[in-house]
Amino acid sequence: MNKDVAVEVRNAVKAFGQGDSAVRALDDVSVNIRKGEFFTLLGPSGCGKTTLLRLIAGFETPTSGEILLDGKDITRDPPNRRPVNTVFQSYALFPHLTVAQNIGFGLEMQGRPKAEIADVTANMLALVQLGPMAQRKTSQLSGGQQQRVALARALAPRPKVLLLDEPLSALDLKLRKEMQIELKRLQLETGITFIFVTHDQEEALTMSDRIGVMSAGKIQQIGAPRDIYTRPVNRFVASFIGESNFLSGAVETGGVRLSCGDLVDAAGSEGRSGKVTLAVRPEQVRLTRAGEPGALPATITDWVYFGTDTHCHLALSDGTEVVARLQSPATGDAGLEKGKAVALRFAPGAAQVLGD
Amino acid sequence: MAERAFSATRLPGFATIAVVVFLVLYLPIFTLVIFSFNDANSVAIWGGFSLRWYQIAWANDDVKEAAVRSLIIATSAALIATTVATMAALGTTRRAAFKGQTLIYVIINQPLMVPEIVTAVALLIFFGFIKVTTGYQGLGYLIAAHSAFCVPFAYLPIRARLEGMDLSLETAAADLYATPWQTFRKVTLPILLPGIIAGAMLAFVISLDDVVITEFVKSGGQDTLPTYMLGQIRRAVTPDVNAISTALLVLTVLLLTAFFLLTRRRD
Ligand SMILES: Nc1ncnc2c1ncn2[C@@H]1O[C@H](COP(=O)(O)OP(=O)(O)OP(=O)(O)O)[C@@H](O)[C@H]1O
Ligand SMILES: [Mg+2]
Repeated sequence: MNKDVAVEVRNAVKAFGQGDSAVRALDDVSVNIRKGEFFTLLGPSGCGKTTLLRLIAGFETPTSGEILLDGKDITRDPPNRRPVNTVFQSYALFPHLTVAQNIGFGLEMQGRPKAEIADVTANMLALVQLGPMAQRKTSQLSGGQQQRVALARALAPRPKVLLLDEPLSALDLKLRKEMQIELKRLQLETGITFIFVTHDQEEALTMSDRIGVMSAGKIQQIGAPRDIYTRPVNRFVASFIGESNFLSGAVETGGVRLSCGDLVDAAGSEGRSGKVTLAVRPEQVRLTRAGEPGALPATITDWVYFGTDTHCHLALSDGTEVVARLQSPATGDAGLEKGKAVALRFAPGAAQVLGD
Repeated sequence: MAERAFSATRLPGFATIAVVVFLVLYLPIFTLVIFSFNDANSVAIWGGFSLRWYQIAWANDDVKEAAVRSLIIATSAALIATTVATMAALGTTRRAAFKGQTLIYVIINQPLMVPEIVTAVALLIFFGFIKVTTGYQGLGYLIAAHSAFCVPFAYLPIRARLEGMDLSLETAAADLYATPWQTFRKVTLPILLPGIIAGAMLAFVISLDDVVITEFVKSGGQDTLPTYMLGQIRRAVTPDVNAISTALLVLTVLLLTAFFLLTRRRD
């Protein structure tokens, strides 16, 4: 067993319903979450993120597979016996208790002494900057303040793992940015393992140590934000996180022969043969002069001005569409014309072979 | 002229009908209350203010016994019905929807739908059978009958409160190390309490003024206040009935006011 692993999910399957109407919310998911890391589950609606969190929290039991916490099998433990706390999307604050009583609830249920509860509650109130609100009812707080109470309540018992299910989705943009920074600070200060769910890719990229990208009940890729963005393993990841151009080709010695007939360098072609798909980020496509090494002849089909960027739509010689995201020049006029014959090239290392 | 939004209050005759309805509803009660303070022996001719009918009613042992019996039955029935209704409401709302849920609602609310007289006759026959076989003649029959028909009245406010209560509160409590019993004690019950009290008061009031079922189920000498009054009126209409009615009215109005205050305040 690996001592650095906080949560290990082994081949978890969760099916809802029976027979023909059964839904496989999780389809053989395995993931190791390291101690003290900020791990984000990212994926479109309905891909099973909440279900995975609920399995770890103990609100559901897997149809098959195991959940381990610090190497101990907790698959069948009820939620109240797991040192794991959740920040709910709806906050689920207790309306009949004050802010301080909400925060102390977990410790009280654990039967800790009164003095300790008061102590920890005061610390938590300071940590989330809600000291003056201690005696208020939770219904008298703003959305952002309720969010903080929910966080403090879940952190107060010092869980081994904190689960956060889209905790920021109900907040407006400005508050959301503030809370992102706040969350990251709390995670660093407490050293607790965070498992964070979002379907906002920017949030995932900026906050996480590692990201698990999910789709249709399966984990598609796990990696650091930069790996996920620059080295997506398949078409889903490449298009879900950021935008990508997809080009088909065949592996040859020295690169990949595109369907338009040109040979390009591509990462990840080692050990591959036959037909493959290449992904290239639009910001890694450059316009260049025809005849330069690696230049592909193309025609401008359209362009759209976006302020900082100008998106240039191009067609390769066989009609394959490629979008280039070009930095707009100071005058705003990039000299693009529909129908103009140009050449493009990919920045070194930008073309990635997908493992479809 | 600007088009005005539709409002029922501008329909022709609306105001007239409203006034008539209010008069029909409240004028008799108003008269009853006034004449309970009448000094004369008549329920129709005013003879000056006095509390004499209250004194006469208070001095009457039959009235006192009936009042005590009514209170015992109403309190017991309210307690039993509220307990049953609370469990039923928890069972029907604190879980995912299940097959047959509608059927269970229908069963719980049966006393609201079956004509009271039918229930009364059925109980008369059924309890008669038990009386013969066991020989028991006590208040138990009335308490059982009242408890049964009070359940839906206690159930409705409790269920309404539970439905407004997010199931994730209990999930959160479990997540924060509360055992199922602690979750119930520390989260579900305190939040539900106003609903339970409201249900109990409604059940109490409903039991207190029941006539039909009580009349059929009671044994000799088991009059409650309403059946006692019914018996009195059959013989002679005396203003002490007004006095008792007014006392009942005041109690009911107090309880119902408390009920509305409790159900209105929800957060
Ligand atoms: N209790 C349930 N009964 C039946 N199906 C369920 C249940 N819970 C989840 N599902 C199904 O499982 C799938 C995954 O749901 P889940 O809530 O995990 O998605 P999610 O990734 O959290 O989505 P979102 O981003 O919308 O919150 C969905 O198809 C959903 O309909
Ligand atoms: Mg979800």
